[in-house]
Amino acid sequence: MHKYLVKRMLMMVPTLIGAAILVFTLMHMIPGDICALRYAGTGGSFDAGLIEICRDELGLNRPLYIQFFSWLGGFFIGDFGESMWTGRAISEEIGVRAVLSLQVAIMATIVSVIIAIPLGTISAIRQNTWIDYVVRCFSIAGIAMPSFWLGILIMLGLLWTTQHWFGQAWIPPIQYVSPIEDPIGNLTQLIWPALATGYRYSAVATRMTRSALLEVLREDYIRTARAKGVIEKLVVNRHALKNSMLPVVTVIGIEFAFLMGGLVVTEQVFNLNGLGKLFVDSVTNHDYALTQALVMLVAFIFVMMNIVIDLIYAWLDPRIRYS
Amino acid sequence: MQGIRAYAAAAVGVGMMLTTGAAIAETPKYGGHFTYVVPAKGPPSFDAHRETTYAVIHPVRPYYSTLLRVNPQNPADPADFVCDLCVGDVPKGTNDGKTFTFKLHEGVKFHDGTPLTSADVKASFDRIIFPPKGVSSARKSFYKMVESVDTPDASTVVFQLKYASTSFIPALAAPYNFIYSKAKLDMDQRWYEKNILGSGPFVFKEYQPGAFMTGEKNPDYYLKGLPYLDKITAIFANKESIQVQALRGNRASAQFRGFPPKTRDDLVRALGDKANVQETDWNCVLLATPNHTRKPFDDLRVRRALTLAVDRWGGSQYLSKIAIVKTVGGIVYPNHSLAATKEELMQMDGYKADLEASRAEARKLLEEAGMDLSKTYVFNNRGVDQPYKVVGVWLIDQWRQIGLKFEQKVQPTGPFYATLRESGDFDVSIDFNCQSIVNPPIDTSKYLSSDVNPANYSRVVDRKLDAMYEDMLLESDPAKQRVKMRAYEKYILHDQVTQMITLWWRRTTVHRSHFKGWKVSPSHYLGQALDTVWLDPDADK
Amino acid sequence: MNTATTTADAPTQRTFFQKVRRMARRQPLGAGSAVFILLMLFVALFAEVVAPQDPLDMNFADQLIGPNLTYLLGTDELGRDIFSRIIYGSRTALQIGFISAFVGATLGLVLGVTSAYLGGWFDLIFQRIMDVFMAFPLIIMALAIVSVFGSGTWNVIIAITIPFIPKCARVVRSSALALRDIPYVDAARASGFSHTRIVLVHMVPNVMAPYLIMVTSFVGQAILLEASLSYLGLGVQEPTAAWGLMLRGGAEQFFESAPWVAIFPGLAITLAVFAFNLFGDALRDALDPKLRSM
Repeated sequence: MHKYLVKRMLMMVPTLIGAAILVFTLMHMIPGDICALRYAGTGGSFDAGLIEICRDELGLNRPLYIQFFSWLGGFFIGDFGESMWTGRAISEEIGVRAVLSLQVAIMATIVSVIIAIPLGTISAIRQNTWIDYVVRCFSIAGIAMPSFWLGILIMLGLLWTTQHWFGQAWIPPIQYVSPIEDPIGNLTQLIWPALATGYRYSAVATRMTRSALLEVLREDYIRTARAKGVIEKLVVNRHALKNSMLPVVTVIGIEFAFLMGGLVVTEQVFNLNGLGKLFVDSVTNHDYALTQALVMLVAFIFVMMNIVIDLIYAWLDPRIRYS
Repeated sequence: MQGIRAYAAAAVGVGMMLTTGAAIAETPKYGGHFTYVVPAKGPPSFDAHRETTYAVIHPVRPYYSTLLRVNPQNPADPADFVCDLCVGDVPKGTNDGKTFTFKLHEGVKFHDGTPLTSADVKASFDRIIFPPKGVSSARKSFYKMVESVDTPDASTVVFQLKYASTSFIPALAAPYNFIYSKAKLDMDQRWYEKNILGSGPFVFKEYQPGAFMTGEKNPDYYLKGLPYLDKITAIFANKESIQVQALRGNRASAQFRGFPPKTRDDLVRALGDKANVQETDWNCVLLATPNHTRKPFDDLRVRRALTLAVDRWGGSQYLSKIAIVKTVGGIVYPNHSLAATKEELMQMDGYKADLEASRAEARKLLEEAGMDLSKTYVFNNRGVDQPYKVVGVWLIDQWRQIGLKFEQKVQPTGPFYATLRESGDFDVSIDFNCQSIVNPPIDTSKYLSSDVNPANYSRVVDRKLDAMYEDMLLESDPAKQRVKMRAYEKYILHDQVTQMITLWWRRTTVHRSHFKGWKVSPSHYLGQALDTVWLDPDADK
Repeated sequence: MNTATTTADAPTQRTFFQKVRRMARRQPLGAGSAVFILLMLFVALFAEVVAPQDPLDMNFADQLIGPNLTYLLGTDELGRDIFSRIIYGSRTALQIGFISAFVGATLGLVLGVTSAYLGGWFDLIFQRIMDVFMAFPLIIMALAIVSVFGSGTWNVIIAITIPFIPKCARVVRSSALALRDIPYVDAARASGFSHTRIVLVHMVPNVMAPYLIMVTSFVGQAILLEASLSYLGLGVQEPTAAWGLMLRGGAEQFFESAPWVAIFPGLAITLAVFAFNLFGDALRDALDPKLRSM
C-alpha cells in the first residue's frame, strides 16, 4: 500500500512539470504584457518610461529560460512568489479565494449528491416508465443549460419574486462573509450558486447511479437476494446501492476537483470572489506568476483527486488491493 | 486665477438632474454605513501616484487628502477648483504666473497621529514630479512646467514654475496626487503600494483582495463637521448585471462610473423615486486611428474619405440610446472653453451638415486614390461591449456606405494594446483617450507625433503637428490659446486627418435616492473623497 | 413490403417505418431528440430560406422591439431580428459542435488506440501527456488560444477541440487495452500486417461504440463551451450570428426590460444541448449499456 502511494506520488511529478511547461509557454505566447496593460489600458496619459521600469521590476526583461527556471525553482521550495499585478504574496491572494471556492464546491457537491442518488435510484427501479423519462429529462435539462444563463435566471427570479411578493427587491449579499462570523449571511449568499452548480453537476451522477444500479440489479447475487424474498426496497438500499457506489464516487470526485478551480463562469454571475474569478482576472491581466501558480494548483488538485478516488475504491470494495 | 474662472463661465449647465431630490439644498444628516460598488476587478496597487485606474481612486481616495481638488459642490464645471489641504482660495500665480504659494491647514494629522506638514506635501509632489530612479510616477509629464517645490515653513508650500501655464492648477488638482507621509516614503518608496496611511476623511480598516475595502470616519478630519458618514465599504463587482442587481436589491447605494442608457431606464422603471439619475458629458472619447504606415491609409485622400463617411450628428442620436456616447465634438472636452462650438465643428470634414455631399466626396476621393474596394480591411477593436463594440459596428456600417469593407478584429485588452503598440497589424483601429481632470492642453497631447508621444498609435510623424501643439501649450492667454487650439484641432481632424474623433462619452450615474450630496462630474476619477456625501434613511420610506 | 405479423420473428425484414416506430416506442426520448436534431440540421443548412430577415441587418428605428409579426422573437439592441439570428446561429452552433466533436474524438480515437496497441514506453509517456491536458484548466487553454490566434470561429473550434482529445483518448484506450491481446489481433500481428493496418483495420472498428457515444456527447458540450467562452468575451465575435454571443452583451443588460433578447438564445442553446444529450443517452443504451466511464 505504501509502496503504491509513493509510486503514484512520483507519477505526479512529470504531470505537474508538463503542466508547468505548458502554462508558461501558453502565457508567454499571448501578445501583450502586464506593464503595457497596466498603464495603457485605462486610456489616460502616462509617462512612457514607466513600462520599462515596470518590466525591470517584474523581471520580465530577463531571458525566458531564466524566468522559467527561477519560477519553477521557487515553486519546488514552496515559494510561489508575488502576484505581478498587485504585488501581494500569491499564497495570500489564493488563500482568500480558496476558502470561498472550497465552500461552494463542498456545498454544490452535497446538493448534487442529494439530487443524484435518489433520482438515479428511482430512475433505475422504474426503468423505461414515465417516471424514468421525467427524471432523465430533468437531469439532462440541468446540464444542457448554459451555467451563466441559469445563474442570471436565478438572480432575476429572486429579484422578481421578492419584488412582487414582499414589495421589496432582494438579492443575496454580494460581499463575502465568513461562515464562522455570520453563518446565515454566508448561507444566503452561497446557497444560490451551490444550487445552480449542484443541479448542473447532478446530471452526470444521476445517470451514473441509474446505469450502475441497472447493471448491479441484473447481477446474480441480487437475484438471489430477491428470490429469498427480501423486499425490493431493501435490495436496492443495502446490496445494490453499495456496490454501485464505485463509479458514482469516481464521478463525484472528478466533479469536485473541477469545481475547485473550474467555476469560472458561475462566479462571474454571482460576483463570488473565488478561484475561478481570480483565474480569469489573472489571465486577462497577463499576471504570469499568478496564473502559473493557479494552474499548478488546479493540476495538483486534479491529480490528487485521482489518487484519493483510487483509495476510496479500495476502501469501498475489499476485493481491490493495491500493491 | 483669471484663466480658470474664464473656463468656468463656459461650462454652465452641464450636469443635469433628471429626477427628484438632491437639487434642493437639504440639511445633511450624520451617520450611516455607505456601501458602493466599484465596477472593476480590484486595484493593482494602492499607490495612486503610480496607477492610472479608477479601481484605485474609487476605493482608496477617501483615505487621503490632496492639495487641491475639484469643487465637490460643482464638479460638473471643468474648471472649478477648491483647496483641500490648503486654506482659502486657490492661489493666484505671482511673479508673472510663475510662483504659486499654498498655505496649509494647521494641525492636520495622518491617521497614525503623526502631523502632516509642508515637508510631506513636498515629498509627495517631488515623488510625482521628479521621481527618484526606479520609482513609477504615471503623470510626471503633466508637470513639465514645474521648476521646484519649496517649503519656506512647516505650513507653506511654494511651487516655482519655469514658465506660466494654464494647465498647472488643473494638473495639481488631479485626484491621484495623494499626500503621503515623508517618513514612510523615506523608509520605503514602495511602502504605499500595499499600505494605506493618509489624512483623509476616512480611516482605512480592512481590505480583502478582490472583494471589498472598508473604512471608518476620521474623527480628527481637518475640515470641521465632515465627513457625515460613519463607515464606507467599496465592493468590487466587475459585471454590470451585478452592479444593477446590487442597486435594485439595496445591497449598494451607488456605482460611480456610469451606466448605459438602457440600464438607466431599467433602474428608473424598477426603483421609481428611489433612484436618482445624473448625467453629463464624459472626458473620454473613442477615436478611429488609421495606420499611417499601412497602404493605402498613408494616403490623405483615403483618410479624408474615412472621416467624410461618418455621420456623427445622426450617430449621436441613435447611438446615445444604446451606448454610453452622445456629444459630437473635436479633440477637446465639449463643455470646456477651449472646445470648438457647433459652428466651428461644422466647418470640418465629417462634421458638415450635408451628409450626402460628404459621402459623394468621399467616394470620389477613394476613386482618385485608386482604393481597392474589393478588399476587406482590418478594423482592430477592443473586446469590451460598452461602447467599443457598439461604436465599432456602427463605424464599419458607416464606411460600408461609401463602399469600403472592414472586418472587425476584436481582441481582449492585452492583445489589443499589443497590436496598437507593438505589432501595428491593423488598417484602422479604435483608440481611446480618457482623462481625469479636464485639462485640454495636456489631454490633447495624445495627438502628438507617435515618436513624441508613443500613446499615439497612428504612427504619424509630423513636425508641424508637434510645433502647433507646443505653441498652443505654451500660450498663457486663454483667448489666444483657444485660437491656437482650433488650428491644432483642424490640422488633426480636417487638414491631415491624422486621427478621427467619433463621439464623446456620456456619463450617466444612478444612485439610490437615500444617497445624497454627491454630484456628477465629467470624469469618474473626480469627486470621490466622499467627505461631503451623506445618507438619508427617510428617503427609503 | 411485408405484413406486420412478420416483425417478431424476422427483424431484418422490417420496413424503415416500422423500425422507426419500434425505436420510438423503446426509446421515445432518443427518437424525439433525433427528430429535433434533424430539424436543427435542416434549419442550419437552409438558413437563407428559413430565416425571414438578414441576420446582420441593423435597423436603428427598431431597437429592442418585443416579439411581433414582423420580428417573431423581437429585435436586439441594434435592431436585428432575433429569430433570424437564432436560425443562422444554429449554423454556427452545429459547425462548432460537429467539427470540434468529430475532430477531437477522432484524434482521441487514433491516439488512444495507438497508445494501447504500442504499450510500453510510448503508452506511459502518452498517458502523462494526456494527464497534463486533462489536469489543465480548459479556460486557460481557450483564453490562450483565442488571445494568440484571435477570436474567429475557427480558433474557437480549436480551443474547444483540444480538451476533447485526451477525454476521448482515455476512454478509447481503456477499451482498446482489452483488445490488444485477443487472438485475432495477435493473428494479424503474426501475419506480418503493419502496425498502422492493425490499428486501423483490426482495433479501431472494435472501439466504435465508445467513440460514437463520445462524439454525440461532445457536440452538446462544444455548444455549451462556445456559449461560456462568448460569455467571457472569448468566443465568436460580432457580427456573426451565434447563440452564445447573443447572450453576452445585450442579454444581461436588457434582461429585465427586453427579456426576449436573453430568453430565446438561451432556450436555443438549452434545447440543442438537451437534444444531443438525450440522443447520446439513447445511443449509449442501444450500443453499450455497460459503458459508463464518462
